[in-house]
Amino acid sequence: MRPLTEDETKTVFEKLANYIGRNITHLINRPDDPHCFRLQKDRVYYVRESVMRFATSVGRPELMSLGICLGKFTKTGKFRLHITSLEFLAQYARYKIWIKSNGEMSYLYGNNVLKAHVGKMSDDIPEHSGVVVFAMNDIPMGFGVTAKSTADARRLDPTGVVAFRQSDIGEYLREEDTLFT
Amino acid sequence: MVRSKPKVGRKARMKQGPVPTLDEFYQGILDPRKAAQQKNNESESRKRKRENRGASVKSKKEKAVFEKTKSDLFEEEEQEHLEEDKKVAGEDDFYEFGDEEEQSDIDEEEVDDGNENESDEVYDSEDENERGRAMFSDDEGDEDLLEAANQQGLANVFKGDSEDEDPAEGEEDEFVNSDDDFKQGEEEDVEINVDSRVTNVLPSGQEVEAPSNVPPDIHISRTRIQEILNVLDDFIKYGEAGRSRSDYVAQLIADIANYYGYTEFLAGKLFELFSPREAIEFFESNEVPRPITIRTNTLKTRRRNLAQALVNRGVNLKPIGNWTKVGLQIFDSQVPIGATPEYLAGHYIIQAASSFLPVIALAPQENERVLDMAAAPGGKTTYISALMKNTGCVFANDANKARTKSLIANIHRLGCTNTVVCNYDAKQFPHVIGGFDRVLLDAPCSGTGVIAKDPSVKTSRNEKDYIDLPFLQKQLLLAAIDSVDANSKTGGYIVYSTCSVTVDENEAVVDYALRKRTDVKLVETGLEFGVPGFTSFRGKEFNQRLSLTRRYYPHTYNVDGFFVAKFKKMKVVEQKPNGTSKA
Repeated sequence: MRPLTEDETKTVFEKLANYIGRNITHLINRPDDPHCFRLQKDRVYYVRESVMRFATSVGRPELMSLGICLGKFTKTGKFRLHITSLEFLAQYARYKIWIKSNGEMSYLYGNNVLKAHVGKMSDDIPEHSGVVVFAMNDIPMGFGVTAKSTADARRLDPTGVVAFRQSDIGEYLREEDTLFT
Repeated sequence: MVRSKPKVGRKARMKQGPVPTLDEFYQGILDPRKAAQQKNNESESRKRKRENRGASVKSKKEKAVFEKTKSDLFEEEEQEHLEEDKKVAGEDDFYEFGDEEEQSDIDEEEVDDGNENESDEVYDSEDENERGRAMFSDDEGDEDLLEAANQQGLANVFKGDSEDEDPAEGEEDEFVNSDDDFKQGEEEDVEINVDSRVTNVLPSGQEVEAPSNVPPDIHISRTRIQEILNVLDDFIKYGEAGRSRSDYVAQLIADIANYYGYTEFLAGKLFELFSPREAIEFFESNEVPRPITIRTNTLKTRRRNLAQALVNRGVNLKPIGNWTKVGLQIFDSQVPIGATPEYLAGHYIIQAASSFLPVIALAPQENERVLDMAAAPGGKTTYISALMKNTGCVFANDANKARTKSLIANIHRLGCTNTVVCNYDAKQFPHVIGGFDRVLLDAPCSGTGVIAKDPSVKTSRNEKDYIDLPFLQKQLLLAAIDSVDANSKTGGYIVYSTCSVTVDENEAVVDYALRKRTDVKLVETGLEFGVPGFTSFRGKEFNQRLSLTRRYYPHTYNVDGFFVAKFKKMKVVEQKPNGTSKA
């Protein structure tokens, strides 16, 4: 376990900013409850500082997880967000799409968001920007990138793709073997 | 409905008509053809014969399992199996009389076949790797079984039991019924020969030798279990002259082992815990799966909202009981309960009702530091985290790296941000990090409380397990005690729990810890129900405060068999001259 280097921090923050924009400051500056980012075996964890201090007692080979895992660095140095980061993405999301109950299962099985399934979406989403997907009852379901801007999406036919899926909570079942260590 | 489900097949068979008395059985065994001719009612006797055949095939297999376990010849398992199969095939031919009659009763035959196949499967799935593997109360059971349990639970509700929420009542009902059946048969018997109960209960010397060439019959066992129970109820009145009570008990244990498919060792071990009648209730309830229950994740939702959301998805549920505000019992569901959007969003976790108990006993407070020594798959850890409202810090440790995967998955799914997951042997714990406010030790155990969930326990446990496991548990419990900070302002508590009901793994371990660590004492668990732990057992005297521990049995509360003890580590440490106290 170690703090992120400058390059790593930049990569992670750029990725996060795709989804939560300037709200990223809410993650970093929490004077009442300071949190920090820590790297452990390629994975980046977002954790309360007090918890992190206790975790320093645990040896590197034995430490399996602390706080919430945001994602992992790939071998090529890119950073990939995991579904486990959804809690924070959903909290501070800049652009949101809500899907109707008939599209829930389709999305949870790993499909893209179709026009027919969109219940509502934020007004001013540009093309190819990060978006968090919610169910109509505001349960966060995953995140992805938009295929069309909000204006273009209005003119789309019902089978057209509004947003490409990047991650969904169905992965807790589908990817259990690879997602966590 | 219940018949086609596994595990209840034997029970279903039990329901077929009144139980014949022992005399009838012996007669039938000696010469089935003649016995059949004597009967006026052809179909009645035919049914019985077929039962005998199915039963003997089954019991033969079980006997094979016993022998194998005893001799520990695992490498020969496959071969034995093949041989057994051949024998069984031959046996089938031998018993195949009255074929032409069977045509008329296809339904019957199908049920029997189903049962035979089922018993085959049980035999095959006996995996040597499974042996010796410690059990954890949170392991997920077969969902099919749970389904069956739920249906049964629902049936109970429809019967009008909704007032009393304990589905164990249904269980009792059946028990009473079978008892009645027996009594009917007995009354007839009494008219013919008043002393029959006394003279014929135990097999004579010759009959005892007989099983070497004839497989023990499961129905004889069942009938004899009932008869011996009656004798033991009033031994002075019904006991046969020249036979001691222990003769009867030994025979009863042998019959239990045969009828329910346990090794005789384990049957004896479990039998010791109860009065004879209660023991049978215990063994009976191990044949019935427990209901499926879920725990609301209070970090993300409330029980009322969750119940509403699940009802909208076609799930039939109700609160478990008054003792928990977060548990829901599922009766049936049109959707897989482990894959709803609510499940994936972490609004609930599938968790046995019994595994709420140690966490309720632990009663973690906000801003404390808590250690869960054997955490996977995380049901209890996430419950601790939820009770602490994500404040403080929870250390979740598990010695098995593969199992930490499910632990981490559950922690993230349920959004527990205050956890640290590590992969140590829990015995190292005070050295890794100590000074915890509370420690939960849900120790690896033999799993005798969760036989309904994992029937392989019936045959896989031997004497050595009951030396090795308590040894490990004692080490772990001492490590747990040492990891606690006695000077903690809010805490200083240790909870020890197992999903086993044997005394060796529970009271004996707790008593050992009390003797080894003089700075801890037992305190009230804070649990509303449960049977007090033993203070003495078969000549062993334990600490008198062991009555503060709590035991849970499947037949009394319809939860898994469980044991919970809560310690408080005291602030003042008196250093004993011989140095037995805390180092």
